[in-house]
Amino acid sequence: MNEIAHEQEVVAARGVKVAFGAVRALDGADLVIRAGECVGLVGHNGAGKSTIVNVINGGLTPHEGTISYGGEVAQGITASRAHGVRCVFQELSLCPNLTVAENARVMHSDLTGTGWRKQALALVKQQLSDIFPGHTIDCESVVEDLTIAERQMVEIAISFGAVADRPRLVILDEPTSSLDAGLAGQLMAYVRRFVEAGGSVLLISHILGEILSTSNRIVVMKDGKVVADKPASQFQTRSLVEAMGSVVREQGSDRTARVRTGDAVLSKQLNPRSDSRLEAYAGEIVGLAGLGGHGQTEALLEIYLSANGNWWPTREPKMAFVAGDRGLNGTFSLWSILKNLSVSSLKALSSRSMISDGREAEVGDRWRKRIEIRTPDMDNPILSLSGGNQQKVLFARALVTTSKIVLMDDPMRGVDIGTKQEVYEILRSEASAGRTFIWYSTEMDEIRLCDRVYVFRDGAIAAELVGEEITEANVLAASFAGGVAV
Amino acid sequence: MKLSSGAIRLVIPAASLAVLLAAVFYMQPRAMSYTGLNLLFNLAVPIALATIAQMLIMSVNDLDLSMGTFVSFTACVTATFLQSSPAIGILILAGAIAAYAALGVIIHVRQLPSIVVTLGMSFVWGGLAVLLLPSPGGAAPGWVRWIMTAKPPLVPVAIVASVIIAASTHLLVMRSSLGVLIRGVGGNQRSVERAGWSIVWLRAAAYAMAGFFAVLAGIALVGLTTSADANIALRYTLLSIAGVILGGGEFVGGRVSPIGAVIGALTLTLAGSFLSFMRISPDWQIGAQGAILIVVLALRLFLNRLEKREKNR
Repeated sequence: MNEIAHEQEVVAARGVKVAFGAVRALDGADLVIRAGECVGLVGHNGAGKSTIVNVINGGLTPHEGTISYGGEVAQGITASRAHGVRCVFQELSLCPNLTVAENARVMHSDLTGTGWRKQALALVKQQLSDIFPGHTIDCESVVEDLTIAERQMVEIAISFGAVADRPRLVILDEPTSSLDAGLAGQLMAYVRRFVEAGGSVLLISHILGEILSTSNRIVVMKDGKVVADKPASQFQTRSLVEAMGSVVREQGSDRTARVRTGDAVLSKQLNPRSDSRLEAYAGEIVGLAGLGGHGQTEALLEIYLSANGNWWPTREPKMAFVAGDRGLNGTFSLWSILKNLSVSSLKALSSRSMISDGREAEVGDRWRKRIEIRTPDMDNPILSLSGGNQQKVLFARALVTTSKIVLMDDPMRGVDIGTKQEVYEILRSEASAGRTFIWYSTEMDEIRLCDRVYVFRDGAIAAELVGEEITEANVLAASFAGGVAV
Repeated sequence: MKLSSGAIRLVIPAASLAVLLAAVFYMQPRAMSYTGLNLLFNLAVPIALATIAQMLIMSVNDLDLSMGTFVSFTACVTATFLQSSPAIGILILAGAIAAYAALGVIIHVRQLPSIVVTLGMSFVWGGLAVLLLPSPGGAAPGWVRWIMTAKPPLVPVAIVASVIIAASTHLLVMRSSLGVLIRGVGGNQRSVERAGWSIVWLRAAAYAMAGFFAVLAGIALVGLTTSADANIALRYTLLSIAGVILGGGEFVGGRVSPIGAVIGALTLTLAGSFLSFMRISPDWQIGAQGAILIVVLALRLFLNRLEKREKNR
């Protein structure tokens, strides 16, 4: 391994710090990638994987620390591309309205001249049959006519392809998420060949088998820092999962063993292909865990729509929904705090279709005291509140209703720790009063508060953990394919 | 044979144009002549140019609500300055194109909704047009008149012009690499940005090209009408949007088709004549035109759904 250490650096990020508001996404992370190696990057939600990828490809400027390409300190998308850094993103980033060849033109600015179409076509065809021999993709078709797997293959092929200067580092962020095992195997074999020829690859994947078999070196991130950086041969699946979790942090259980009473208030089969059902009993806090984007939000939406209907509102809503993305589908940004709070329960607050101001103000006052919304006047605009307090209002909006089930779509993202503790307190008291909470969270501390946890992977339930089984190690093991089961 | 989604998008506008044309010929066989065709499609030329301009704006996911007043303004410039002192006229029109490019920059840099900015600009263009020509008047420059009334052998000038417009914009928007990049901005702005392109520059280029085609629309219109008026082309805002949609374009996603847009403009013009031949009173014509639009769009949605079902199977 020594000769690799002396090889030339392709990219080096040193002491990088990035903060989004109160959240520290990267807290002094170091990542050096040298020529001729495949680095595996693993970590749980919020560990900072995507952030460091964005720093390396120039899309994000770090608040502290340096980025150098080939020993030369530089910044920005243009600089990183000039130094041969290419990136295949987790969400597909082709233009769906363009053909395969036209997308290659967008990605490769050196495809110029009158014959660029022919050149681009030849390039993609060549690269596709190099990586995925035997593929059946028609390179002249528009990207939106391709299947998801084909689009991913095209994107990978375009990124590895080169007109004049070959890519030196290709970042693959979950490249196999929509490929079947055979195609994934072809890709991993190509990555190994590419690395042997002197290129480097940064590989991010939730399938630990891929990481272990393909990488030369594995970097483990946690809480915005690099916690382990060792040759792949020194890791096994189990030690990798352990490295991602915290070493010793088993909190004293404040969970009281709750006796399930009666029938499940909710029982739903989410995936027609598996028989695992999502169930919830009265007074339970059910957690949905797993890596972000593995079907948790979709599951919540499916549950919500199946109960409340898409077309016509039901008279007595059975469920309330607390949105995760405040700006996108949470707050009414032009309304006052009070109106934001009461909007879900207007029917109960009105007589003869007219909203009773007195009753609305009374409800607002009660909830302001109960959840301590920090404002002198509930008629102030919602945006005058801090993010955490806005989130509290959204919580109150759901709790004011008579719904017995509350669905939460990772609502505590970017909320400060003090507010979180207050909300946890309210959750517990509401649950003991008989309400059921179904809570998708990307944070381990919140998952540990739950009575029962479903771990999602690839859009399906991968494991169900109850009571004392809910530990970070178990959740991690179930989130990563090939992880050690309990 | 498997058709690409782009080809399917072109089938419906072409078919609806053919059906309308057949209906017109059936009702009025005398339209099936050199003069008849020219009369039917004469007014389609400026509309087609304005539709192309609108399509360029729509290809970067924006919408231009000032198209009608801008074309009126350029028509007024054509009928006054371009006719009396060509140098100043060309300078004004070039300035108008530069203003369009600047609009693209402002919309992108300040992240403003294009609808609001162009709606505001429509009053500016409208005001400038009234300042130039407070009452209808002016005259068409001789060369413009000559082009628009030319009599090429066999095929009338309206058809020749439409084919030239469709072919040249097809080359520009669908085949050239600038066109690819502009449509890429509409399809997935983030990925174009990540590939190292300047979105500001691309948006400015799209707006400038739109301004250029809108200027051509104004000039062509004056060539037909021989004089101008500040309100001459107000309908063009909605006609151009309808033309793009009718021709298979979409409001978002960079899905546009120049050939389709020209066909859409021809269809809209023909729809007006068709309704006159049907002896439908002008009061009802706008409603009937809307009905035609709805029928064509419904057909397209139906085809899209069929296609999706095919894909899922």
